[in-house]
Amino acid sequence: MALKILSIVESAYRATLEEQDDPILWISHALKGAGADITVLLRGNAVNYAVKGQDASGLSFGDKKQTHPPNLEHDLTSFAGKGVKVFIVQDDVAERGLERTDLIDGLESSSRSKVAGMLNDYDQIWHW
Amino acid sequence: MAKYLLIESRDPFVAANVGHYYELASGLVKDGNEVTLFLVQNGVLPARKSTQSQPLADLAKAGVEVLADEFSLRERGITTDRMVEGVKSSPLDIVIDQLAEGRKTLWH
Amino acid sequence: MSDKPTLTFCLMDPPYENARSTTALRLVDIAARRGYNINVFAYEGAVGLPFLAQKAHPNKVHGRDAEEEDHPLPKDWIAALTKTAADNGGKLAWINCGLCVDERGVHEALEGVTRGTPGDLLKWAESSTNTLIIGTH
Repeated sequence: MALKILSIVESAYRATLEEQDDPILWISHALKGAGADITVLLRGNAVNYAVKGQDASGLSFGDKKQTHPPNLEHDLTSFAGKGVKVFIVQDDVAERGLERTDLIDGLESSSRSKVAGMLNDYDQIWHW
Repeated sequence: MAKYLLIESRDPFVAANVGHYYELASGLVKDGNEVTLFLVQNGVLPARKSTQSQPLADLAKAGVEVLADEFSLRERGITTDRMVEGVKSSPLDIVIDQLAEGRKTLWH
Repeated sequence: MSDKPTLTFCLMDPPYENARSTTALRLVDIAARRGYNINVFAYEGAVGLPFLAQKAHPNKVHGRDAEEEDHPLPKDWIAALTKTAADNGGKLAWINCGLCVDERGVHEALEGVTRGTPGDLLKWAESSTNTLIIGTH
């Protein structure tokens, strides 16, 4: 049976502009493509990745323009098409002044108090 | 139930989410799991009795094994007589012991 | 077949920027001395750890020339750890994420370091006793 992995993403916007991706969402996609049984949990500042309307376009350095800014909303939404569940910690959402309507669809709800119980459902917890 | 090793490398003086990590340790032990919280790097700073130490003492009372990397303690001049009750100095080897034992291991 | 554990680590931090890279190598050292099989998947900045072009330098602030300063170079630590693991009947295998190497231009790596993909991390995780992810922030 495949290893069940919970990938916890907490750090946010660290290198997303240079990488044109969040490196952890990216590797989670790549791991799924390689056959991983992976679930994603967004907590801390990473809950902001689920906000609709993020726009990192328009950067240029001298005459060098960035042509593919990160599209984190899309990267989260596309997990659903691959059968990857994405959980989000509601306490962290609320603390940041966000409402459910600010977020993309398709997320599964969790809370700080439920995370401990969730961990037992996975073989390994990859906390990035 | 399961066994967990939670490694905390950050400190609550600068990182607000360290408290949430301590809460995770507390939640896991309340659920009947065996939990070690291993403090390393600046994660050992609250091991010295201070305004931020009580959560660690509370975790130890709740049944979490709270250990602090002896090298990180020494590097920061934290002596055992100044440490909050319930936190024990430990060699980093414990992390390898518990990884090899198969504990679910998280790094924060 | 060895009954010693196989541990997989995934690192992200580049050298000289955070204590995490040193702690990670301390963990590898402990495992190497025990003769464990150790896998390190270097992601993002961690691909700089085994970069061959690292060069020691003097320290004028402390009045030390390069030889006296003996400045740590992670590539030397990794080479020593590889030897320690082998001397104790184990092995240290190191894979650099290839795309991370390309974007950073750190192609020259220690002998034995190979280039790979997240699929290699998954294969290792599936065949190891345990896996520890040391993320960055």
